[in-house]
Amino acid sequence: MATITAPNPSPTSKPIAKLEDATVRFCGDSGDGMQLAGTQFTNTSALAGNDVATFPDFPAEIRAPRGTKAGVSGFQVHFSSNDIYTPGDTVDALVAMNPAALTTNLEDLRAGGVLLINKDAFDKKGLEQAGYKTNPIEDGSLSKYKMHAVEMTKLNRLAVEGLGLSQKESDLCRNFFAMGLVFWLYDRSLEPTLRFITAKFGKKPEIAEANTRALKAGYHYGETVEAINTQYQVAPAKLTPGKYRNIMGNTALAYGLLTAARQSNKRLFLGAYPITPASDILHELSNHKNFDVLTFQAEDEIAAVTSTVGASFAGEMAVTASSGPGIALKAEAMGLAVMTELPMLVINVQRGGPSTGLPTKTEQADLFQAMYGRNGECPMPVLAASSPADCFFAVQEAWRIAVRFMTPVILLTDGYIANGSEPWRIPELSELPKIEITHPTEPNNGDAFLPYARNERLARPWAVPGTPGLMHRIGGLEKQDGTGNVSYDPLNHEHMVRTRAKKVALVADDIPLQKLDGKESGDLLVVSWGGTYGACATAVHKMQNAGKSVSHCHLRYLNPLPKNLGQILKSFKKILVPELNMGQLRTILRAEYLIDAAGHNKIQGKPFSVGEIVDKIESLLKS
Amino acid sequence: MSIDTALPVLKPTDFASDQDVRWCPGCGDYSILAQMKKVLPTLGVPREKTVFISGIGCSSRFPYYMNTYGMHSIHGRAPAVATGLKTVRPDLQVWVITGDGDGLSIGGNHLMHAIRRNLDLNIILFNNRIYGLTKGQYSPTSPLGQKTKSTPMGVIDNPLHPLSIAIGCEATFVARSIDTNINHLGDVLKRAAEHPGTSFIEVYQNCNVFNDGAWDYAKDRDTKADTTLELQHGKPLIFGKNREKGIRLNGMNPEVVELGKGISEDDLLFHDERSPEPSLAYLLSRMRYEDGFPEPIGVFRCVDAPQYDRLINEQVEEATKKRGRGDLEALFNSGETWTVN
Ligand SMILES: Cc1ncc(C[n+]2csc(CCOP(=O)(O)OP(=O)(O)O)c2C)c(N)n1
Ligand code: SF4
Ligand SMILES: [Mg+2]
Repeated sequence: MATITAPNPSPTSKPIAKLEDATVRFCGDSGDGMQLAGTQFTNTSALAGNDVATFPDFPAEIRAPRGTKAGVSGFQVHFSSNDIYTPGDTVDALVAMNPAALTTNLEDLRAGGVLLINKDAFDKKGLEQAGYKTNPIEDGSLSKYKMHAVEMTKLNRLAVEGLGLSQKESDLCRNFFAMGLVFWLYDRSLEPTLRFITAKFGKKPEIAEANTRALKAGYHYGETVEAINTQYQVAPAKLTPGKYRNIMGNTALAYGLLTAARQSNKRLFLGAYPITPASDILHELSNHKNFDVLTFQAEDEIAAVTSTVGASFAGEMAVTASSGPGIALKAEAMGLAVMTELPMLVINVQRGGPSTGLPTKTEQADLFQAMYGRNGECPMPVLAASSPADCFFAVQEAWRIAVRFMTPVILLTDGYIANGSEPWRIPELSELPKIEITHPTEPNNGDAFLPYARNERLARPWAVPGTPGLMHRIGGLEKQDGTGNVSYDPLNHEHMVRTRAKKVALVADDIPLQKLDGKESGDLLVVSWGGTYGACATAVHKMQNAGKSVSHCHLRYLNPLPKNLGQILKSFKKILVPELNMGQLRTILRAEYLIDAAGHNKIQGKPFSVGEIVDKIESLLKS
Repeated sequence: MSIDTALPVLKPTDFASDQDVRWCPGCGDYSILAQMKKVLPTLGVPREKTVFISGIGCSSRFPYYMNTYGMHSIHGRAPAVATGLKTVRPDLQVWVITGDGDGLSIGGNHLMHAIRRNLDLNIILFNNRIYGLTKGQYSPTSPLGQKTKSTPMGVIDNPLHPLSIAIGCEATFVARSIDTNINHLGDVLKRAAEHPGTSFIEVYQNCNVFNDGAWDYAKDRDTKADTTLELQHGKPLIFGKNREKGIRLNGMNPEVVELGKGISEDDLLFHDERSPEPSLAYLLSRMRYEDGFPEPIGVFRCVDAPQYDRLINEQVEEATKKRGRGDLEALFNSGETWTVN
């Protein structure tokens, strides 16, 4: 394929408004198929050459009572002819399938935005459930929006009539009707979704036909109904040339693990216990057993991590993935991995905490847990991925460090990037780093084997059971350096504590220097980490375009920090650290570099909007 | 690596590591260690292919004293560590060493799941009915009423019986032996090693410092013939100094009967370790000295069942056969793609 497929030439005669970017949100009851609608719209926009960023938002309850606010599920898509990094602050078009969805999402719709409502759901019961005293469609309260109340339920039923579906089955197609309407509104091709319908429902021809009819009915409704009088177009973006696909963070992470295993010539062992929002890593990898993948659904997170220690001892690429509460349970075993100096990955897809917290919402409040959340002096390298596609690369880098330094490594992602998606330029295998691993086959001290002999990076040899002549015992008791024998010698303990710390500190010699976006000195530096990259980068670009002296530095390496970071921080008059926590990185930077830093902290289970970072930067520049 | 044409003949001392053994003098653990060293050379498995994984406790120091691969992991988690190890390396012979606290208290969950998965592991639970390493608190196997450091007025929680638990988890190999009954212990260890699937062995072990004499009734020269019963496959359950007593089933309940006086061997319960139905093995596991029964030693149950470590690797093979070895580029390019020039 050489060029971007052009959207269907549309037969419409309505005026077309050209936009640089647009944000659409589909919202409705969790049973309304809004995630599917959002995903289809995203894929279609990506195929049309837009840059896209998405934000799915779903309730923690699988089946909250129908029509209630607790059951509202949403999916936001931002698509653009420019590079974008966030799913958008405000919404240009909102699809609300019921009153509960309307009341919980309306505040994000900009004034003048398009509001598509399923009028049929605004009956007495629906209004009551959402807490409306009067019907907002009729009482004039929505007058600042381009509101279109469409009888979606009725029109959809008409469209699928005669296929022999029950009413319930008919209504399940309603999301396709809504999709069709939005596809028309943004002049999108129906082709990708029609292909999807064939692939997904091919075995049930009447369902496939019903969904096709619903989709087309929605599209034609937009075309013909006079009230909807403008169509919008967002031209393709100018992305780096290459072949692209859309990818979610957890998928990218799973692909990154498969790649790291292949590139280091290892089989991949994943020990995991289901937990939102990390379970999709287990699901994805379980589907790729033909990549030499062994997925072990353990009885709990402790078994997940300790089986991972066992698999690492056995010499394979060993990984455990979880979220905050599960990571808490793994802490003791992470200490064992530090003590036995075995390479493995501990992945934390962060969610709102503490305790069970907000399982389906995002937060970055586990940085302290990653840095300090174990007994004893127990340092581990900590990395964080910055975007859905970056999960692919960050996890390979984490594994490279783990095996080069013989240490467990923590990789932090979060619910926002795990479930969000963006276009990913598909790499050639030759572009990807090879990861070199050697296992000793001969004694390293005359006839004897010293399991804790160290190389220049202070890493010990990874001798694997089954190797003749290298039998040795490891464990959680303090080790004598070199021999690995149990030792209670006070000075040896101090030596070992310092050695383990130094080994992790030496990782700083092995990672790239910190890069800056913007000038090397100036009025303000924004320092961010993890999934807030998009909002921070976009905000800083806005400020830079407005001529402000603002630079941005986004950290991938949180432990150890890059060697030049102190110098960078000292070159700015002010430092702003926006975080979705109470200021954890800010505390670390202050302690590490004795500098002052302001925070912008939000703990609402939601990602940053660009606007709030811009506001904070402006107020700091003024003060 | 050189390929050896013949396996060298190993001696028990070849399996001894260079570390001083640190158990209290007189501890039952010594005897179990000695039997292990005696049995391993008879199995034909090279030392480098043998791995000992333990949790925490006196008993769990075991791996340090073996010149094999080993890991002294964390409290209660040895079965899970071993599961990861065995899953990726089914070719290794993996032993799990645990205690009554390690295996049944903090690690009960892992023990239960390792057993039900039936990985080819050999799990030995050193049952001294006390927490040895932490200096004498009661354990989940301490009998009701026992006074310990943490139960000055006596234990009030009902004890667990390791073999009943194992059988409840559908264990495919279940056995019991006694630290000082060295020949019997050696035989049981050997049979456990040879069983494909999880072998679970309870060893009555004396902690002479914190719970001395806990098993005296089963060890004492004068009483052991009456208080224990050596199980033999296909043979009737007979015990007593003069083999004058037996176990008979009365409905669902076992009862002790005197042979003679109209009761012959044919009236007794016959031991069938290969019975697919675990109820009889369970019944045997519930025969207790305190209830007037001899406590069976030997192999309670030995049946074949699929092993997790095999199955998980077979799934990889099957997926590879069906779909071909995973191709990263094809995977990356799956789904909808588009090209930007
Ligand atoms: C997480 C944790 N909790 C508590 C302990 C303390 N501890 C060590 S061994 C042990 C009990 C061991 O009893 P058992 O398994 O019966 O072994 P024994 O010493 O009797 O052989 C306890 C409670 C520990 N090491 N780790
Ligand atoms: S405390 Fe008891 S179990 Fe532990 S070594 Fe001493 S005698 Fe053995
Ligand atoms: Mg004990």
